[in-house]
Amino acid sequence: MPDKLLGWLKSFQREGLSSILTPVFGIIFGLTVAAVVIIQQGVSPLEAYRELFLGAFGDLGSFTFTLLRFIPLAFTGLAVTLAYRGGVFNIGAEGQLYVAALASTWVGIYPLQGPAFIHVFLALLVGMIAGAFWAFIPGYLKATRGINEILTTILMNYVAINLVGLAVNTFLMEPGQSAPQSPTILESARLPIILPGTFLHAGFLLVFVLAWLVYWVLWHTTWGYEIRSVGANREAACYGGINVKRVMILTMTASGALASLAGSSEILGVQYRLLENFMVGYGYDAIAIALLGGLHPLGTLVAALFFGALRNGANSMQIAVGVPVSIVYVIQALAVLSIIATVAIRNIYFRLAFKKEGR
Amino acid sequence: MENILAIVGNIDFLVASLRMTTPLLLAAMGDIFSERTGVLNIALESMMLIGAFGSFIFAYYFGNPYVGILAAIALGVLMGLNHAFFTVTLRCDQVVTAVGENIFALGVTSTLYRILLGATPIQPEAPGLPVLRIPWLSQIPGVGSLFFNQNVLVYLALIMVPITYIILFHTTWGLKIRAVGEHPRAADTMGINVYLTRYICVVISGIMASLGGAALTVGGLRYFMDNMTAGRGFIAFSAVIFGRYNPWGTFVATALFGVTDAFQLRMQAMGFNVPYHIFLMLPYVVTLLVLVSVVGSTVAPRSQGMPYIREER
Repeated sequence: MPDKLLGWLKSFQREGLSSILTPVFGIIFGLTVAAVVIIQQGVSPLEAYRELFLGAFGDLGSFTFTLLRFIPLAFTGLAVTLAYRGGVFNIGAEGQLYVAALASTWVGIYPLQGPAFIHVFLALLVGMIAGAFWAFIPGYLKATRGINEILTTILMNYVAINLVGLAVNTFLMEPGQSAPQSPTILESARLPIILPGTFLHAGFLLVFVLAWLVYWVLWHTTWGYEIRSVGANREAACYGGINVKRVMILTMTASGALASLAGSSEILGVQYRLLENFMVGYGYDAIAIALLGGLHPLGTLVAALFFGALRNGANSMQIAVGVPVSIVYVIQALAVLSIIATVAIRNIYFRLAFKKEGR
Repeated sequence: MENILAIVGNIDFLVASLRMTTPLLLAAMGDIFSERTGVLNIALESMMLIGAFGSFIFAYYFGNPYVGILAAIALGVLMGLNHAFFTVTLRCDQVVTAVGENIFALGVTSTLYRILLGATPIQPEAPGLPVLRIPWLSQIPGVGSLFFNQNVLVYLALIMVPITYIILFHTTWGLKIRAVGEHPRAADTMGINVYLTRYICVVISGIMASLGGAALTVGGLRYFMDNMTAGRGFIAFSAVIFGRYNPWGTFVATALFGVTDAFQLRMQAMGFNVPYHIFLMLPYVVTLLVLVSVVGSTVAPRSQGMPYIREER
């Protein structure tokens, strides 16, 4: 086990101290600029951020709520990380988690013979298949037809979101209800609570299992080597005998399966029923999380916790001092932009330094 | 079926289609410039959203829609410069930059809206752009009320199609733009300033996308909602690909989406016994199907997505 830990640390060390410093700098930059907006509103930023922090970590209750936000963000973040390593941009995590939630709910509302864990397992599995399929389409179109996956995934997000709306208004609508919502899923299909007295469900453990799996696949299997080769240089990978198209489709499909868990675990562990717009923006946050996490599973988990805390704490901040929740997006976006700018400036600087040395 | 034909076959429907097409057409025409120089502009969504918000808020405070238009232009310049700075000067990944900008636009517009206008029970409305009747031409039955009885943004969108075409294919500057997109190194050798050309074209794209956003607020609904562009920037971007980076093709593509959008709105309003989500899905599904059926044969500018590094020769 220490060996493994060492491996984690080494892979971090390889990219240097900057892989940790850059995101921290980015977050500080985002918080600083957002502070200016908060001052404009006549609120002390320190007090606003104190409320945000307390809302996220103040007591066990709020901390578990932060962890509940962390779970779906971590799944979608891992999904984007995996796809990005393979050179495909999965902006479709949002749509993938929506269709997965739809499929899981469908399985969850019907009784099933046999032990309870089979029902949960089946619900997760069907959700995974749905999410994987939703990601397979853009992956396939990119690999075989060269259609930009960013466009197809974004368009499919809107289709998926409306598909859920359609479902809860028609075939998944709770009988005898006029509100657009599905019936609640059965007890047997729910993810068990792992910390008594709180709402923390087993999906929390699943996050770590899958983060480790993504790490292991990427850096300790042939498939992972192929994924990273395709991501690093498509032509070279092709020349090296890797079936680039197959790797691309598989990576995208696996990414969709990961993203699906965000939607399924939210239904089976938290909300227990499907609603219209039941999770907004988790797929888009995932991109920022993956970048902030340095496209490494461990970093992704850390970034997801940070974003989860922001999302959860922002509500308390809005209630306490009236700063709108949407300021969180400003912080996130500025963090992302300053990170890519920092990396770019460093690259340009290195290139210049390298040239001078060459002479 | 007869009902549907009755909807589609009247002039009001065509006017509605043109209204839905305008924001997309403005953004797409600007995007052609950016794409032709090799800079992907998936940040159209953010530019439209900020343009929609900026023009609304300025028109609201000054009580004049044209102040809103000026604000949209100024904001468009800023956003274009920002995108160009990241992608051309810093050579950041063009897609990642756009993703960051899109999140930023969503956050900053929603936040400022709440800070400036607060939570009001009534939706604040800005003055809308007046209809400018073109004398004599607007009297022509049918065509007159469709094309010559609109606001300034609709005219601008329509006139930009031939203008873009002439600039790109019949002027020296257009030739330079295309050269930069196809082979920046060669263009540089010929004495064309690659960075400057890209900056100018991305700024044009910023202005046009911002005006496209303004067409939704001061040129359309007159109020602002969170994330009111709802993916129109992405649709405009796909229209450019679908239109093969050609103004006429792109016009046809945006018109197709505009008609679909107007159609789904009509169908909703008709109150058919069908969930409205099916109609909401329609524009996206149509875009997807069009992409799948047409795009395979599109030829993108060769340097698309790649930053140009002058020092490396």
